[in-house]
Amino acid sequence: MEVKQYDSYEYDVIVVGAGHAGSEAALAAARMGQKTLLLTINLDMVAFMPCNPSVGGPAKGIVVREVDALGGQMAKNIDATYIQMRMLNTGKGPAVRALRAQADKADYHAVMKDTIENEPNLTLRQGLVNELIVEEQICKGVITATGARYYAKSVVLTAGTSSRGKIIIGELTYSSGPNNSLPSIKLSENLEANGFKLRRFKTGTPPRVDGNTIDYDQTEEQPGDTKPNHFSFETPDTAYLKDQLSCWMTYTNETTHRIIRENLSRAPMFSGIIEGVGPRYCPSIEDKVVRFADKPRHQLFLEPEGRHTEEYYVGDFSTSMPEEIQLKMLHSVAGLQHAELMRPGYAIEYDIIEPWQLKHSLETKVVANLFTAGQMNGTSGYEEAAGQGIIAGINAGLRAQGKPAFTLGRDEAYIGVMIDDLVTKGTNEPYRLLTSRAEYRLILRHDNADLRLTEKGHELGLISEARYQNYLNKKSLIEQEMTRLNETRIKPTPQTQAYLADRHVTPLKDGILASELLKRPEIKYDDIIALCGDSSAPIDRYIKEQVEIQIKYAGYINKEKQSVEKLKRLEAKKIPQNIDYQAINGLATEARQKLTKIQPETIAQASRISGVNPADLAILSVYIEQGRIAKVS
Amino acid sequence: MPIVTEYDTIAAISTPPGEGAISIVRLSGDQAVEIAESVFRGPNLLKVASHTIHYGHIIEPQTKKEIDEVMVSVMRAPKTFTREDVVEINCHGGIVPTNKILQLLLATGARMAEPGEFTKRAFLNGRIDLTQAESVMDLIRAKTDRAMQVALDQLDGNLHHLIHELRAEISQVLVQVEVNIDYPEYDEEEITAKMLREKAIMVQQRIDQLLATAQQGKILREGLATAIIGRPNVGKSSLLNYLLHEDKAIVTDVAGTTRDVLEEYVNVQGVPLKLIDTAGIHETEDKVEKIGVARSRKALSQADLIVLVLNASEPITEEDRSLIEETKAQKRLVILNKTDLPQKISPADLAALGVKESPIFASIKNQSGLSSIEQQIKVLFFGGIENSQQNVLVSNNRQIGLLQQAKASLVSVVNGLDAQVPIDLVQIDMTACWEKLGEITGENVPDELITQLFSQFCLGK
Repeated sequence: MEVKQYDSYEYDVIVVGAGHAGSEAALAAARMGQKTLLLTINLDMVAFMPCNPSVGGPAKGIVVREVDALGGQMAKNIDATYIQMRMLNTGKGPAVRALRAQADKADYHAVMKDTIENEPNLTLRQGLVNELIVEEQICKGVITATGARYYAKSVVLTAGTSSRGKIIIGELTYSSGPNNSLPSIKLSENLEANGFKLRRFKTGTPPRVDGNTIDYDQTEEQPGDTKPNHFSFETPDTAYLKDQLSCWMTYTNETTHRIIRENLSRAPMFSGIIEGVGPRYCPSIEDKVVRFADKPRHQLFLEPEGRHTEEYYVGDFSTSMPEEIQLKMLHSVAGLQHAELMRPGYAIEYDIIEPWQLKHSLETKVVANLFTAGQMNGTSGYEEAAGQGIIAGINAGLRAQGKPAFTLGRDEAYIGVMIDDLVTKGTNEPYRLLTSRAEYRLILRHDNADLRLTEKGHELGLISEARYQNYLNKKSLIEQEMTRLNETRIKPTPQTQAYLADRHVTPLKDGILASELLKRPEIKYDDIIALCGDSSAPIDRYIKEQVEIQIKYAGYINKEKQSVEKLKRLEAKKIPQNIDYQAINGLATEARQKLTKIQPETIAQASRISGVNPADLAILSVYIEQGRIAKVS
Repeated sequence: MPIVTEYDTIAAISTPPGEGAISIVRLSGDQAVEIAESVFRGPNLLKVASHTIHYGHIIEPQTKKEIDEVMVSVMRAPKTFTREDVVEINCHGGIVPTNKILQLLLATGARMAEPGEFTKRAFLNGRIDLTQAESVMDLIRAKTDRAMQVALDQLDGNLHHLIHELRAEISQVLVQVEVNIDYPEYDEEEITAKMLREKAIMVQQRIDQLLATAQQGKILREGLATAIIGRPNVGKSSLLNYLLHEDKAIVTDVAGTTRDVLEEYVNVQGVPLKLIDTAGIHETEDKVEKIGVARSRKALSQADLIVLVLNASEPITEEDRSLIEETKAQKRLVILNKTDLPQKISPADLAALGVKESPIFASIKNQSGLSSIEQQIKVLFFGGIENSQQNVLVSNNRQIGLLQQAKASLVSVVNGLDAQVPIDLVQIDMTACWEKLGEITGENVPDELITQLFSQFCLGK
């Protein structure tokens, strides 16, 4: 029987989906003062982690801090619910250090849900969206399966892997969202009807086992750090968790690989059942064994899913083999010989929107006032989703107020790098952020995310006045201390020489500026203080860290700043909207096609499109300039 | 990473190549004055008033060696042809010093201008009008067509192959560094400073070898600058006429100049010769003529090949002796002409004067000995080239400039490692080197490294 529709409430912003993208989008819009509705298929899956129970890591951890600096929730949520915290890459340079936490999966969901429920201006409701209300290519609202018509000034879609989701375990396939949730079928059809180009992607998750049945003696322990660190710039060191849970490391072996090889005919990835494109960086274990046949073993990480459960996530063991084979594979691994399977691993296929159909604001080019974010845009990972979610939420909020869009550049944030990659290049596989995707990673550090973005968050109304004052204070203390070290001269006194000799440092020949001495590899900020005295200002460890990094690596930082300057000039060269590339004489055919498809907003963006070469850019620049002159004269 | 070229400071020789009295090397862009200053000894160009000209010397920054005596004009934006900062270096004519200056500028941060690029900038900066812009478009298009031809060139093919190998060497390390960063918990081998240094030094050595071929590569492209010298009436003109015989004249495209000027060359057994006019070389008392002689002597000293013609039917004169002495350090062919007449000079006479080359006996008038001359030119030329590595030749200023910049990045890598800078920072310079090399071959595939990362390493999450 046909469901009868009815007009429900009107909002400023509607967000569809309450995963990691949707939660950030809804909170951002609401915090900007917009009356916001957050719809989700299942209220018990708000900010649910269907795959690994962890947040952060290289590049991703930086995104979490960027979200925090913009006034988002992910950092605070993980700081409230982690069971282990580790700083990675501590032996490397400051640009690549990365924080990662293991989350208590149930708590993570519960705390985020609670935050959303208690946010003024924000309504959380269970509902399956089947249709968009679109009039003349402008989105006006959504219609749910229960017949409710909700109207809004702007809509954010974050459907994740629910879009026509299909779970695959060996020969078994069934229509499903993540973790056996209800899939969203009709919305995909509606998007296609509205002119969107969709494609199929695939991802997967490993089996979970009962921790009581793991033989930990055969594994290596990976404990958390004792030195405190948190994601949010607002979480104090004093809140650091002492009683952390460990992860455990083990390996596959020849037997595991033999079992996989012998059963490849039953692996959906190889039998042809799976048609979606899977990520190269998160391959299933069967994929690894086939592609890296000469590797005798692969690392596995056993990660606890929470404090009040014995469930363990078998990291790096993602598989869609039949359950029977999964059991054999698990039992061949050291420490897992007697492991009880709690949930089998599975592959999931889902629809994405080809991301070149989006603008940098994450508004779609196809339907105005409609924004999309998260896995739906072809990414993978909670952090990538959150980073897009906050941008989509901010822009939906700005659109509802009739204000211009907010975007981040490649030189401003990893979020900017990610969105620019997506909208400029599209993606052929689930997109993961890597440090190597950023050209300016020495500028985009995790330790300076607040210095990069707090100002912007404050302007958007997402940063409280108190927090903003703290930020200004920190900034000025850093500047003062830098100035002091740039003006203080350390003389080669007997005490100084003795201090240096004690530390096996070459003695001074002449007096030297404190900042210059700090540039020596073996000298730390604390040594400088020992030699030239403390600042009168209150210097905490964060300020110390900034001063040390900014002085020590000034040469490299300046190199990057110079190329940023060049980039900015190119970014300033706007390409007029609706330019007809067919009319431009002399463009190469490939360039013409790509430019028509992607419609870059600036010459800089055009330069990043593969197949658009410097000669095409030159022709394009000249053409635009011709047009400008023609209009003037 | 995209290669942003729009705001580079560009450089090119803006006078037709050849032996004119003066050549101009022009720079345009933000860094024009800084780059010029870095190779200039004279007044501080950063401080001089705009639109002024200054006397000084172009200096090789590392060796402090003087390259040429020059006049440098500094013109600050916006009242310039391109509306950017422009510097023009007026140097002495002759392709060798002019090229040397251009190469220094390219090594210190300028980029070789594309054909029509000065004009293009003038247009984009609102300096010229619409009709002029059309011709700019044509130039840009012509450049792409020509680039296609160049790509087909076997010589470049070899160079590309070699650069490709070098890039593969570098990217192997880069990818490893990335894996160490993005997957710190994986048991992949950790790149050490020692490994990175070894790689940097290895690549640097190979770039040095490539740069060493630059001179020969240029000869191949631009012709072997050849001076036929001798006293009056020893047979120079006959030899010249013989070489200029119609079927030997070839036309070639001179690379490395902004104007695509065509020049005539002679082809001797596959060796392109560019003949230098040295008719004026003889002792003179005339003051005006003296200047001309001095200039010719300079051209002579810069020739790649000297063909010294002696009249075998007359005893060696004082002038012969001074010519022999003057050219003894150069690649030289000594011809004893007029063997149809009674001989007054023997090989022993020449050996006594320190001539190490065996002379070629010829009677140009009677067309005898000419094939020996041709043969000897070929041996002298190809003898050198075949010794160079795999026939890879770096032949134009753009390539030379990029190689030098790539090398500079490697020097920064080693310096960084010496200063114990963390590897992921040193990698910035290594990546810069990799990108510069990529510019030589036009390899600029987006996400090239990431693709390699995933194909080479088994990574999960």
